Amino acid sequence: MSSGNCDIKAVEGIIKKWENDREYVIEMMQDLQHEFRHVSRDALEVVNHHTGVSLADLYHIATFYKTFSLEPRGKYEIQICLGTACYVKGAQRILEAFERELDIPEGSTTKDKLFSLKAVRCIGCCSIAPVITINEEIYGDFSADKIKASLKKYK
Amino acid sequence: MNKINIGAASCGIAAGAKKVKKVIADEVKKNNLKVEIIETGCIGMCYNEPLVEIIHGDKSWIYGKVTEKTAKQIVEHHAGSDTPIKELLVKSNVLTTEDDFFDKQMKLVTRNCGVIDPSRIDDYISNNGYTFLQKALKMGPEEVIKEVIRSGIRGRGGGGFPAGVKWESGREAAKKKKEDPFVVCNADEGDPGAFMDRTLMESDPHAIIEGMIIGAFAIGAPQGFIYVRKEYPLALERIENAIQQARDKGFLGENILGSGFNFNINVHRGAGAFVCGESTALMASMEGRVGEPRAKYIHNVESGFRNQPTVLNNVETWANIPVIFDKGAEWFGNICSGDVSENPWNGSSGTKVFSLTGNVEKTGLIEVPMGITMKEIIYDIGGGIPNGKKFKAVQTGGPSGGCLPESFLHIEVDFDTLTNVGSMMGSGGMIVMDENICMVDVAKYFIRFLEEESCGKCSPCREGLVILEVILDRIAKGQGKDGDIERMEEISACMQNAALCELGKSAPNPVLSTIKYFRDEYEAHIKEKKCPGGICKELITFEITDNCKGCVICEKHCPSEAISGFPKEIYHIDQNKCIKCGICVDVCKFEAVTVQ
Repeated sequence: MSSGNCDIKAVEGIIKKWENDREYVIEMMQDLQHEFRHVSRDALEVVNHHTGVSLADLYHIATFYKTFSLEPRGKYEIQICLGTACYVKGAQRILEAFERELDIPEGSTTKDKLFSLKAVRCIGCCSIAPVITINEEIYGDFSADKIKASLKKYK
Repeated sequence: MNKINIGAASCGIAAGAKKVKKVIADEVKKNNLKVEIIETGCIGMCYNEPLVEIIHGDKSWIYGKVTEKTAKQIVEHHAGSDTPIKELLVKSNVLTTEDDFFDKQMKLVTRNCGVIDPSRIDDYISNNGYTFLQKALKMGPEEVIKEVIRSGIRGRGGGGFPAGVKWESGREAAKKKKEDPFVVCNADEGDPGAFMDRTLMESDPHAIIEGMIIGAFAIGAPQGFIYVRKEYPLALERIENAIQQARDKGFLGENILGSGFNFNINVHRGAGAFVCGESTALMASMEGRVGEPRAKYIHNVESGFRNQPTVLNNVETWANIPVIFDKGAEWFGNICSGDVSENPWNGSSGTKVFSLTGNVEKTGLIEVPMGITMKEIIYDIGGGIPNGKKFKAVQTGGPSGGCLPESFLHIEVDFDTLTNVGSMMGSGGMIVMDENICMVDVAKYFIRFLEEESCGKCSPCREGLVILEVILDRIAKGQGKDGDIERMEEISACMQNAALCELGKSAPNPVLSTIKYFRDEYEAHIKEKKCPGGICKELITFEITDNCKGCVICEKHCPSEAISGFPKEIYHIDQNKCIKCGICVDVCKFEAVTVQ
């Protein structure tokens, strides 16, 4: 088992919280993603060691579900809701404006690792569409001209 | 005691409910008032968030769009007396207000939403909560199942399968296989444009839990699971809190209420996959695997989670169960279109919760009796289309559903009618679209969504969606060819026949329903190279009209420096530089930018 630069103790702590139960590997990986902003190969090897779920299966999970990222995500994750209600109210334009503002395409992270930009499908706040979230914070009735002001807080 | 309720579901919080609450708490303290401040769930009038309700005994006044400033006024002038600030009111039970949002609604499942504090089990109990469980425990499992079948309730998750029949099969399969069955609550509300389940979990989590306990008792299940999508952190928190409280009070655990029945609920967090809303995929995910559906020739009620008999219903279905045991199956079955007294397949009974969104005046969470018409929902409850625009379509059923045109506004909203006209009830998202929406773009939007979310296990869905997207993309770019529409119909038919799961089979619905009802728009794109909705970038141009007052705002916001001119004169767009982002349309206060 390679140690790499992953905090094995922390990873083991998370696995233990779910009692090494292979039925809960997706939960473990969500905790890993939350803690380290990505699921690394090193961390997955630890999960494999303690649960017996093969690395191939763990990678299958990591690439199947949208929550997981194999590369570290930015400190602030900007999610543009592209649910139907947001979409009909112009969310696609907001996404494009964010891409221009941050100079990165959707699905990637800025060089300074500060912002990640992601389109998501419906966060269930359709009544105040269009909606974006920056980490846990929800911004409703959003429009492209509010981007600069909303980002200022995080810089 | 007098109360001040603050609507604090996700949308309320996003609109600023927490800030408003702080101001109210400070003011109450400052003025030495004896009032209880309660964070409730969603009141339903999301278009008026943040909402504050003042309650003095039986009297209630609801204030809408409350700001920190008006919150202060409300507490100062009204919290200590019975005289409201009329101009800020949106609804009251002692005054007539203009708002008729609730007039045609019927609050059964959402009866506690916006009324009780969802984080306190005692609030739920004081509204008769958990008494329906006691009633059910006394009836015995077989009678409970009979009652649910008699009510005619059909699953609210999309399929519309009679819940009681499913329970009965689950109970029988468990007996036959001599295995413990499971009950599962599907709270993986993945349809874009739907937030009913989120709101129920955030506003009244105990109703869902009580429904599940009754179901588990009837089926004989010792263990239940709730699968919540992780995009709903607040719902997850409130559900987990509610489960703990129910355990502490003895509604969950060993020997529930002295009946000898044991039952527990665990929570699973979904990790972001639309396909996990499909029952077999959801169960695979609960087992710690990727969420790929399996062929359903063996039903979940026989072999589901861990290959044991499993009864899965969605959030709204479970939340309906206490209502049935409160009012009785017959009463419930009488709210219906069709007659369900003999056979639950004969119609639709009870109410349906919808999230009414899109281009409609009053967006929000509504609950209506089955059989109400589309028109009543959109115009009488929703207040029609804003900004004087024309209605174009209403989309129901999420990506598996369809878009219906104006000529179908008179239809009754129930499971069978919607399916017969090419849409479906789905879980309850209802998105209204005005004339400035392009139906080709809407179809493309859903197909792209489904293509991204397709699990890839079967080829009709995986490949079919890619080809549909390529064709739709070409049509939207003005490069559509004769025969493209027919080709899409052919591919769609193949998918409907050959895809593995229901999501794959219904995936071409957005294309088929838009072709069926809006064929002229497809033809305008293909033959005239025009986009009637003014959305498809390659087919439109932006122009500034005489309405321009030269306020400079569009020039300031234009990301490509395509707009130029002199202040107080009419501005001009350089078509070579314009990237058609539409920001000028959004920021213009004089409606001077038009789309050609």
